Amino acid sequence: MLEIRNLHARVKEKEILKGIDLTVRTGEVHAIMGPNGSGKSTLAQVLAGRDTYVVTDGSVVFDGKNLLEMSPEDRARDGVFMAFQYPVEIPGVSNLYFLKAALNQIRKSRGLPELDAMDFLNVVKERMKLMDMDQALLNRPVNAGFSGGEKKRNEIFQMAVLEPRLAILDETDSGLDIDALKIVSRGVNALRSPERSMILVTHYQRLLNYIQPDFVHVLSEGKIVRSGGKELALEVEERGYAGLEWETADAR
Amino acid sequence: MSTQTSTIEELAAREYKWGFVTDIDAESVPPGLNEDIIRLISAKKQEPEFMLEWRLRAYRHWLTMKEPTWANVHYPPIDYQSIVYYSAPKSKKERPKSLDEVDPELLKTYEKLGIPLRERELLAGVAVDAVFDSVSVATTFKEKLGELGIIFCSFSEAVREHPELVRKYLGSVVPYTDNFFATLNSAVFSDGSFCYIPKGVRCPMELSTYFRINAQNTGQFERTLIIADEGAYVSYLEGCTAPMRDSNQLHAAVVELVALDNAQIKYSTVQNWYPGDKEGKGGIYNFVTKRGKCAGVNSKISWTQVETGSAITWKYPSCLLLGENSVGEFYSVALTNHYQQADTGTKMIHIGRNTRSTIVSKGISAGHGQNTYRGMVKIQKSAAGARNYSQCDSLLLGDKCGAHTFPYLEVKNTSSQVEHEASTSKIGEDQIFYCRQRGLSTEDAVGMIVNGFCKEVFRELPMEFAVEAQKLLGVSLEGSVG
Repeated sequence: MLEIRNLHARVKEKEILKGIDLTVRTGEVHAIMGPNGSGKSTLAQVLAGRDTYVVTDGSVVFDGKNLLEMSPEDRARDGVFMAFQYPVEIPGVSNLYFLKAALNQIRKSRGLPELDAMDFLNVVKERMKLMDMDQALLNRPVNAGFSGGEKKRNEIFQMAVLEPRLAILDETDSGLDIDALKIVSRGVNALRSPERSMILVTHYQRLLNYIQPDFVHVLSEGKIVRSGGKELALEVEERGYAGLEWETADAR
Repeated sequence: MSTQTSTIEELAAREYKWGFVTDIDAESVPPGLNEDIIRLISAKKQEPEFMLEWRLRAYRHWLTMKEPTWANVHYPPIDYQSIVYYSAPKSKKERPKSLDEVDPELLKTYEKLGIPLRERELLAGVAVDAVFDSVSVATTFKEKLGELGIIFCSFSEAVREHPELVRKYLGSVVPYTDNFFATLNSAVFSDGSFCYIPKGVRCPMELSTYFRINAQNTGQFERTLIIADEGAYVSYLEGCTAPMRDSNQLHAAVVELVALDNAQIKYSTVQNWYPGDKEGKGGIYNFVTKRGKCAGVNSKISWTQVETGSAITWKYPSCLLLGENSVGEFYSVALTNHYQQADTGTKMIHIGRNTRSTIVSKGISAGHGQNTYRGMVKIQKSAAGARNYSQCDSLLLGDKCGAHTFPYLEVKNTSSQVEHEASTSKIGEDQIFYCRQRGLSTEDAVGMIVNGFCKEVFRELPMEFAVEAQKLLGVSLEGSVG
């Protein structure tokens, strides 16, 4: 589903990704771990199409298409979803309206009829239960005045409604207390499916206690330095990132 | 950031869609202004003596006045002697009695603007008093309104048919000495709308006028007078578009509203005159005086405006709150783009006891646009228990535009309450990216954010106008979901 080859990217003059190789097959859940500044979030942003990052080398193929040539909205319409580390507030635009516009854009691009208000509400109500979302949050402006936990929950709720094929979760666990973490993880787990791939970007192993990845990769200084199964996360937890970097194990 | 800014600029740089010129022979008087021209205008309009005298008094006063310079707008000096002060579409002897007699060219113009009078008449239930180049060419639904005693006609007609009402109320809110542009208007005003709602009558339809400036170098000087007698209610809509032109066109209108005891007037404007090209060349100068007088107890006047056009806007729809418990409201969206300048706001003058006012102003600046809110809340000693709430928000698109807020508060008693809130925000790259990551185009994202920003004002507009306003801002309606 996703093939990343020798991906280099920089922001301004600083090179951050220095040759990433990663293959994510349909239905797999990959965790990307790494210390601060290792390039985890950059990787997520580059995949989503943020133009502050300039790709200088390498390729990303998503479902046979050159992802890097696509606009952010086209990637979204093709099923790439990113749950933001810092969800953005949009005052004046109701959460529900925003989501309906997004869903209908995505449906339109796939040749599906747009949902009317009633059908949309039905979809929303069902997904809301999953995330324990308060109905009041739906009518409030997008993320405006939401607590940190509410924002993250809202991201996963959006993912549940938009049903992407590739979900990139950028530090979804950061800033969450244990109860919120459980709710968010339950949501993510419920959305796991053989048709959907996920990339979890996280600093801590904690999230992976709740969402068990199929593969774990450790990123350091813009390169994947270790790859393994879920047990690699435990090793990271035990020895810290510094301990791992001693071994210059081949990435993949 | 640069890509983002340029996309926003592209959006902001769209061509004015309604720029075309109708080929009609205008029967114009020569350019320039003197007492003879004023006499000529008055004679052409077959006005009674009192009207001519009023015009002349205004003209003589105008000669003693200086053009105001306090507004935060900049433009080359206007040569008032090069302006043509009167032009009318040619018609046979009398004005057309029905649409069938109207010049088909005119009707086509309205078609292009999406205001098919015929369809409006049949389907929309809106009485349209269309001002084309100074003279009203069609007035519809008059009979139906007439049954209720409502007078809705062109100003010229009102001067001829209802001189007692005109005499009583003309200048009672905006005196001919009021300000440079209002005084000029008083001297040379060509036409406009007149509306009288008798005691206890609720006007059953939205009254609407489409103004349109056409002949080149013709200043337009409309005059509108609306009177709601005791217990009456009326909702009035004003909207306009103008053809593309190279030289600037001066527009100095005056609108006067009078609400007597328990009466209510709702006045809504969507203004979309030619704003000039991308370099700021051409475009309309819109120097308007709009004022309402809540003369009676429990009366209410609401101004709602969506200002997207004109090269320069200088406009402060205001309320004089005389009657006890009277209410004044001002809801405004002003958008400036390219090199547009807007200095707009309101004045709420509290005179009566327990008078209340609300001001909600939303300024949007894009391109090199400069947007100024200027508002005054004045609470007289007599206005015990008066209350005001003001909210002024500015939204910036891109980094070459400007937003300015000048609130003036003057409170002369201790039992009053005045609140003022202001905010400035910018459509951020992160907001746009967030929307795009969810599958929305940049255009949709900007539209959605701008629309959300203006929601409190759009809510005040009558439905069909709200739709037009949103179209004007290039956005889709916030859904009925939820």
